[in-house]
Amino acid sequence: MWVRADRDRCVSGGRCMAATSEVFDQDDDGLVVLLTPTPAPDQEELVRRAAHNCPARAITIREDPAPA
Amino acid sequence: MDTTTTSPNDQLFAYPEDRRCPWQPSPGYQDLGERGPLHRVRLWDGHTIWMVTGHPQARRLLSDPRMSADRAREDFPVILPRFEADIFKPLALIGFDPPEHEAQRRLVAPAFTLKRVRALRPEVEELAGRLADDMLRKGPPADLVRDYALPIPSTVISRLLGVPYEEHEFFETESAGLLQAKSPAEAEAAGQALWDYLDRLLAAKQRDPGGEGLLNRLAEEANREDGLARDDLLRIALTLLLGGHDTTSQMIALGTVTLLEHPDQLAALRADPDILPAVVEELLRMVSVTDLSGVRVATEDIEIDGVVIRAGEGVLVSSSMVNRDAGVFPRPYEFDAHRTARGEAASDRQHLTFGFGIHQCVGQNLARMELEVAFRVLFERIPGLRLSVPLDELPARRGSTMQGVHALPVEW
Repeated sequence: MWVRADRDRCVSGGRCMAATSEVFDQDDDGLVVLLTPTPAPDQEELVRRAAHNCPARAITIREDPAPA
Repeated sequence: MDTTTTSPNDQLFAYPEDRRCPWQPSPGYQDLGERGPLHRVRLWDGHTIWMVTGHPQARRLLSDPRMSADRAREDFPVILPRFEADIFKPLALIGFDPPEHEAQRRLVAPAFTLKRVRALRPEVEELAGRLADDMLRKGPPADLVRDYALPIPSTVISRLLGVPYEEHEFFETESAGLLQAKSPAEAEAAGQALWDYLDRLLAAKQRDPGGEGLLNRLAEEANREDGLARDDLLRIALTLLLGGHDTTSQMIALGTVTLLEHPDQLAALRADPDILPAVVEELLRMVSVTDLSGVRVATEDIEIDGVVIRAGEGVLVSSSMVNRDAGVFPRPYEFDAHRTARGEAASDRQHLTFGFGIHQCVGQNLARMELEVAFRVLFERIPGLRLSVPLDELPARRGSTMQGVHALPVEW
């Protein structure tokens, strides 16, 4: 899985970080900070949930595996 | 405005309709929800508007940039008479479209990050504990709204904004007056009093910059030559002051009622305190305290599920009903303390009580934390808590979309 987080779209809801703080963080302005573009397998479901619940549609995921 | 409908206007459902049960939508909403996701309903002023009761449709519409939140638009629906008041027309944050909305939101968002909210938690725990102890010391009966549910969010938003809490009675009374006004004139009077109050506070902070609190941040912005207009900054302060205490306090009150009236679910929570965050989500879903996930007006024709919402037509999203879309929430009218915990793996079980799209509540993480603390402390310190009047005698707010009780008599 590949993840992208668009800080221009981000409205600082913090739902992504609430879903998993291993992949998403918030900076002091409240904007999303992506901690890793290739989350560990045990994080994938949480990342899907974060993307689904992002009110600003700022998180996009690609389900194909990252190149080794 | 185009009010073309398939049925005569006066036969349409008249929105809003009062609840008969504090945590369930009115029978009229439930009937609509059974008929499909989108409905034409009639407002107090005779205009018709789309009411959305379907969860996927609500998500799509609330995140569609062709739907405007601009309350200053001529065609923006006026849900209740009070919203005709000028004070509500350019309501900051929730009543603006991009790019103004982004400029306003980015100014306030830093105060509401998860880290800031988590750092505030011990203070809120101490506050809730003190209020519960005061109730115990005075002895039963108590008014849970006045003694507990209101002072928690009211103190917290005062501190976040930098408004002196000693003046809480003033801003609580005027806020209630504004949010429950029956006429535009009543709303205007209460709104003006709050406006003048915030105006004086902002001016004082502009003269004496520095210090903590969002008002100080707004004062810095007001002192900048290229900053946002001062009136817009005052509107932001007003929106946060209103949004920061009324909804959360009523959510604490009605959430408590819901828990007390579902002793098996309350017992499940007592048996496993770790499910508290999930219980809070389920209470937010059930109670849907604002009953509106959002009001918008279409700026272009928008086709959704074979229906065309025409440019200029208004849309209201009913949170209580989209939160009961059976396709998303099985047994939707049931309060199930374990629902969210079970849905952990499913990514589509999010209630829309805080709205969706770019206008989703900026204070939602703060609200969740306040609710978790409020319920935990209340039921730990006063385990024998019960209502002192029958459910149907609670003094409920009427004729509004904001749910609530004027008082919540309890004993133990």
